[in-house]
Amino acid sequence: MDKIKIGIPRALHYYYLGNLWKNYFENINCEVIVSPPTNRDIINNGIKYANDEMCLALKIYLGHVAYLKDKCDYILVPRIDQYDVNNQTCTNFLAIYDIVKNLFDCKILNYNIDVKNKENDFVGLVEIGQVFGLSTSQAIRAYNKALDTANKIKNKDIIINTKKLETHNLKVLLVSHPYVIYDQYFGIPIIKMLKKFNVDIIYSDKFDDKRTNLLSTKISNTLYWKFSRDELGSIELVKNLIDGVIFISSFPCGPDSLANELAMRRIDLPYLNIIIDDIDALTGIETRIESFIDILDVKKQSRR
Amino acid sequence: MSKNNQGAKKILSFPQMGNYYIPVKYLFKHIFSCEIMSPPNITTKTIELGSKYSPEFVCTPFKYTLGTFIESLDRGANILVQAGGGCRYGYYSELQEQILKDLGYEFTFVNFVTAGNRNIKNILKEIRKFEPKFKKIRALYYLFITSKMIKYMDNIDHYIRENIGFEVEKDSFIKLNNRMLKDFSKVKSYYQLRKLYKSYFMKFRELKINKPENCLKVGIIGELYTVMEPFANYYLERELASYNIEIKRYTNAHYLVFEKAREVKKYLKYASEYIKYRMGADAHDNIGRTKYLCTHGFDGIIHIKSSFCTPEIGAMPIINKICKQYNVPVIYFSFDANTSEVGIKTRIEAFYDMIEMRREK
Repeated sequence: MDKIKIGIPRALHYYYLGNLWKNYFENINCEVIVSPPTNRDIINNGIKYANDEMCLALKIYLGHVAYLKDKCDYILVPRIDQYDVNNQTCTNFLAIYDIVKNLFDCKILNYNIDVKNKENDFVGLVEIGQVFGLSTSQAIRAYNKALDTANKIKNKDIIINTKKLETHNLKVLLVSHPYVIYDQYFGIPIIKMLKKFNVDIIYSDKFDDKRTNLLSTKISNTLYWKFSRDELGSIELVKNLIDGVIFISSFPCGPDSLANELAMRRIDLPYLNIIIDDIDALTGIETRIESFIDILDVKKQSRR
Repeated sequence: MSKNNQGAKKILSFPQMGNYYIPVKYLFKHIFSCEIMSPPNITTKTIELGSKYSPEFVCTPFKYTLGTFIESLDRGANILVQAGGGCRYGYYSELQEQILKDLGYEFTFVNFVTAGNRNIKNILKEIRKFEPKFKKIRALYYLFITSKMIKYMDNIDHYIRENIGFEVEKDSFIKLNNRMLKDFSKVKSYYQLRKLYKSYFMKFRELKINKPENCLKVGIIGELYTVMEPFANYYLERELASYNIEIKRYTNAHYLVFEKAREVKKYLKYASEYIKYRMGADAHDNIGRTKYLCTHGFDGIIHIKSSFCTPEIGAMPIINKICKQYNVPVIYFSFDANTSEVGIKTRIEAFYDMIEMRREK
C-alpha cells in the first residue's frame, strides 16, 4: 500500500509547530510534503483565492494550500483558538480552517487547539493517528518522540540566539511573527540586508516562550495575544543587551497594529518599524535600514 | 485648549455609539456621584482627530472612539470609560490611554473589559478608582432598568427599520423616536419605563404607513460598530429607506450583551455545512445570518464593515460562496475615515436598481 501523503503549507502555523508535525507524521509512517519556500507563483495563486483586504501572511498561506491541493491526500489545517484567556490568537488563526474548507475542494486534516476546553496538540494529533488506524499507545509514543525532536531543535535555536547576545558587535532585536520573518519572499531578503551591515540579529521568537510571555506584562498588562506577548516579552528580556529594535509586520496585521504601536511608545530603545506590503520594492526598506544602522553605530561609538 | 482637567470637578464621559448614549448616561447618572457628560456627536472633525493620532492600519472604530475621547477631554471631561471585547476591541483601551497621555491630557481611564472577558471583581476595582462609595445593590437595580431600556429601544428600532421606508408623513418615525428617547431618559422606575414603552409602541403602530405586501427586503450584516453607529456607515439605513426598502438588521446592543453567548451555538449548528468553529467577533453569526437571509426570501444582502476588520474579512469569502449558491446578490462596503459619501450613494443606487430588476423578472 502506498503511504498516505500529508501536505503541510509552509506558512503561518508551520513556523510554530512545523517540526512537531513533520516528525509526528513521519513517525506514524506517512509521507510528509511541505510546500516549497514562498515564490512569486505561490503569492500570485494566493492573491487569486484571497480577498483583497486579507493580511499578507494569510494570502501566502492560501497560495501554499493551492500549491499542495493536487499533490497530496490530506492537507493539515489546524485551528488555534487560545492557550488560555490571556493567550488568544489573531482571528485569522480562528478562521483559517473554515476559510480553506470553503475555498478549496480538498481533503483536510484538522484539529483544534483550545486549551481552556482541553483541546491541544497532543489530543488533536493522537486523534488523527487513531483515524489512520493506529492504536492509542502507538500514537502517543509517536507524539512523544516527535515532541522530543521538536524541542531539541528549538532548544538549539535558543542557545544559538542567546549566545549572540554576548558578542561586542552591534546587536539588533527583530520583533516579528516568525511566519513573516522566515518567509522566503518577504522576511529573508530583509535578514540578508541586515547581514550585509554586519550586525548580529537576535530573533524575538527564539527565546523560551514561557519566560517572554510573562515578561510581556511589563510592557503591556492587558495584552492578550499569545504570539504578540511572546515577542514583546523578548524586548523586556534583552533590553539591556541590545542596541536597537526592528519591528517587522505584514500589512495589515491586526494584533501588530495595536501591540507594536504600544510597545514603540513604551520602550526607550531606538526602533525602526517596517511594514511589508505586497510589493517588490525592497530598495526603500534598504535605505531605511541603512540609516537606522548608522544611527545605532554613532550611538554606540559615543558611548565608548 | 485646557489640557489639565485634574483636581477640578469629576466629569465622566464615554464613547459614542448610535443612540445608546441615552441608556448609558441614564445608568451612570444614577449610580455615580460625578457629573456625566454625554459624548459629543460624531462629525467629520472627530474622525479627522482620531485618524491623526491612531496607528496606521488599525480598524476604524478605534479612530472614532479616540476622536470622541479627544473631543470630550477638550470639553472638560476627566474620567473616560471604555469597554470592549472579542477581537481587537478588548485591547483598544490600553493603547488609547497611552496615546491620550502622550498628547498631554490628564485623566482617569476606566476599562471595564480586560482580556476580552467580563469579570465582576475587575469591574468593581476599576469603579472604586473614582467612586469609593459605590453602592452595589443600587447599581444592580439601575442596571436592570438600563438593560430593559436597551431592549425596548432595540424592539422599537426593529419596528422602525421595517416600516420607515413607507412612512406617509415625512420624518414622522424619527420625530416620535426622538420624543420617546427623551422620555426614556427621565424615567424613575421600571414600571414607569414599561408603561412608556407600551404607550409609545402603540403610537408607532398608529403612524400611517403605505407598505405594499411584496416590498423589497434587504438584510444588513457586518461588523458591530459600523452597523450600529449611523455616522460610521454614512447613514446607510436612511439612504436605503429612501428607496422604500424594508431593512432587517440583527446586531444591536441587546443582542451583543445578553443574547450572543446563547445564539452563537445556534448559528454554528444552522450553518454547519459552511462553518465548524467560531471565527472571532461576529463573523460566524454573520455567516449564519447570510444563510437565513438567503433562504427566507430576501432580495439582497448588504455587508458592511470598517476597513481592516480581520474577522469580517475572513468571513467574506464564505458569505460570497453562500450567496452564490442561493443566487442572492450581495454588496460589500468597507468604510474608512475618508470614504466618499457620493461613491456609497452611487453604489447603493446601482444595487437598488439591480434588485428591483431581478424582482420584475
